[in-house]
Amino acid sequence: MNVLGTQLLSGTVSEVVGADAPLRLHAGVVDYVLVATYFALVLGIGFIARRSVSSSLDFLLSGRSLPAWVTGLAFMSANLGATELLGQSANGAEFGIQAVHYYWIGAIPAMVFLGLFMMPFFYGSKVRSVPEFLRRRYNPATQRFQAVLFAVASVLLAGVNLYAMAIVVNALLGWPLWLAIIIAGVVVLIYTLIGGLSASIYNEVLQFFVIVAAMVPITLVGLHKAGGWAGVKAKLFEQPNGHSLLHAFPAHELTGIHNPFWSVIGVVLGLGFVTSFGYWTTNFTEVQRAFSAKDMSAARRTPLIAAFPKTLIALVIIIPGIIAAVTVPGIEKLNAGGTSNVQYNDVVPLLMQQLLPNGFLGVALAGLLASFMAGMAANVSSLNTVFTYDLWQGWLRPGKSDKHYLNVGRWVTVIGTLIAIGTAFIAGNFGNIMDYIQTLFSFFNVPLFAVFIMGLLWKRATGHAGWAGLASGTAGAVVIFVLNQTGVIPISSQGSSYLGGGVALVIAIVVGVIVSLFSNPKRDEELVGLVRGLVDKNAVAQAEAAGTSGVVWYRNVWVLGISALVLAAACYIFFMFV
Amino acid sequence: MPNHDNKVLNFLFDLRTIIAVLFTIYGIVCVIWGAGLTPSAQLDKAGGVNINLWAGVGMIVVAALFVWWTLAKPVTTDAAAEEAAARRIAESEAEAKQNL
Repeated sequence: MNVLGTQLLSGTVSEVVGADAPLRLHAGVVDYVLVATYFALVLGIGFIARRSVSSSLDFLLSGRSLPAWVTGLAFMSANLGATELLGQSANGAEFGIQAVHYYWIGAIPAMVFLGLFMMPFFYGSKVRSVPEFLRRRYNPATQRFQAVLFAVASVLLAGVNLYAMAIVVNALLGWPLWLAIIIAGVVVLIYTLIGGLSASIYNEVLQFFVIVAAMVPITLVGLHKAGGWAGVKAKLFEQPNGHSLLHAFPAHELTGIHNPFWSVIGVVLGLGFVTSFGYWTTNFTEVQRAFSAKDMSAARRTPLIAAFPKTLIALVIIIPGIIAAVTVPGIEKLNAGGTSNVQYNDVVPLLMQQLLPNGFLGVALAGLLASFMAGMAANVSSLNTVFTYDLWQGWLRPGKSDKHYLNVGRWVTVIGTLIAIGTAFIAGNFGNIMDYIQTLFSFFNVPLFAVFIMGLLWKRATGHAGWAGLASGTAGAVVIFVLNQTGVIPISSQGSSYLGGGVALVIAIVVGVIVSLFSNPKRDEELVGLVRGLVDKNAVAQAEAAGTSGVVWYRNVWVLGISALVLAAACYIFFMFV
Repeated sequence: MPNHDNKVLNFLFDLRTIIAVLFTIYGIVCVIWGAGLTPSAQLDKAGGVNINLWAGVGMIVVAALFVWWTLAKPVTTDAAAEEAAARRIAESEAEAKQNL
């Protein structure tokens, strides 16, 4: 799942499946051995992690024990699933430099905001999930609404990931779809079932390093073959939109907006604010990684530490896409507006095929498969927590022993994975449905963000305002989505996701305010630690102090946050001059 | 569990150790493949760069860095830290119950 995960893997590589598929990699024994090594290690992690699982908190939140560098990399990697990797390289091929907006403006500011301003409320209130925070701030109805929505989305998205993986494996290696789905599903099931969140976080971090290890050589060798960056630029200039693709702004191609001013506004407000703040600050799949940190300071540093690799990894994901746009004939044809037997989403596999020798090919394959599994495991492990704590303990079966909830968590893992496998099989027959699911769910975070901000800043916001804002904002996004799909609002998919997000934001806040004015506010004592300004003086002093005073400078959250913003800005400036 | 076992397990379960193990295996296999087993047709794919060799060396260096980090700053297993962790968990559970 990713920010604006809309067009990702749409159409998919399925059309190229066949004995003479242009994507087929000639993996040798050594490649399979390297892939198998990875699988063995991941299962091993599950078994070692088991020794540390003795309570539901261990299983569902890693016992809140992980150091910040681990949770930070996991925060970043939970999003770096394969749909993100393949999809963003595809964006690099299609939109050139403009694709960096998804990272430097579409992620970094929101991550910094989360670490500096929102995490003290999240971690400080000791909630175990995002819906639980909503119950504390608003009411149980708000919690349940959000938990149900999130649970359904997670399990379906896990299925999307699994199906996407099966298609790629089928195209690359020739395994049948059903076999790929079942093998990947079972591996994910085993290690998340045994090791809980720790195992899935460990796998995410491991996968991050393997992906980097694979993508750095692909980028460097790709540049080498294309005659360096100068060679890539020269070749891109010859293409129809080449000049525009070499500049980050005004990003006409990316936004689909022709007016330069509104296009920049679209990038900054649509992508940079509405969608990215909605996604990065409230999506539990991400935020859960910070909840598992060992203390407040580590929790605040989680998204801030994540911001650095997030900024830099754009280089080894998007530049390969641009390289493919000038070196892979099929992709060049697409950019010229023609048809081709490959698609933008095939960029990474195509480069692997063109550049990598057996041996290293195995490393890259392991990274690709690992990122699919990590994406799915992230969905499953966050589903676990929300179902167990918010729906089961908070609603259906409160007041049982912790052992009971640990067992429930395990059962949810099994059932969730099975449903995901089922979803993946269904997706095989209705490919377009999966695209709709991805697009639709990418809107759902925006009303959630609106309700959060309203709750944090305005103590008068009442319990009923929470669920009313969420429901109406979500409904607004769905209406825009349907109108766009049926052609009533004829704008590009990017434009419609900005519009849908914007509409959801406004509706959620307007409805929230109106409902608040007509219902009874909560007492101040109930809101301590949940609303800005209403704080237990001791607790807030501790929270503020965590990560600011008495720590070495490189652990100071302000130093980290501002450095991350400076790095992202420096990257933009760098690309203006190269 | 005796303290010694704990140390060994902590070292094994330290994510840094796991990363080091993976990259050591990958590095060695790639270097061997790069040194003698990559046919020249495959080298040409990468414009003459021996990816296996160079990436293999790179991964071994990364593995060495992680080993160094793990040994330089081992996970603390002292009783005080574990007690603090246990207290934190107990506290949050109590609070969670209270919140229901």
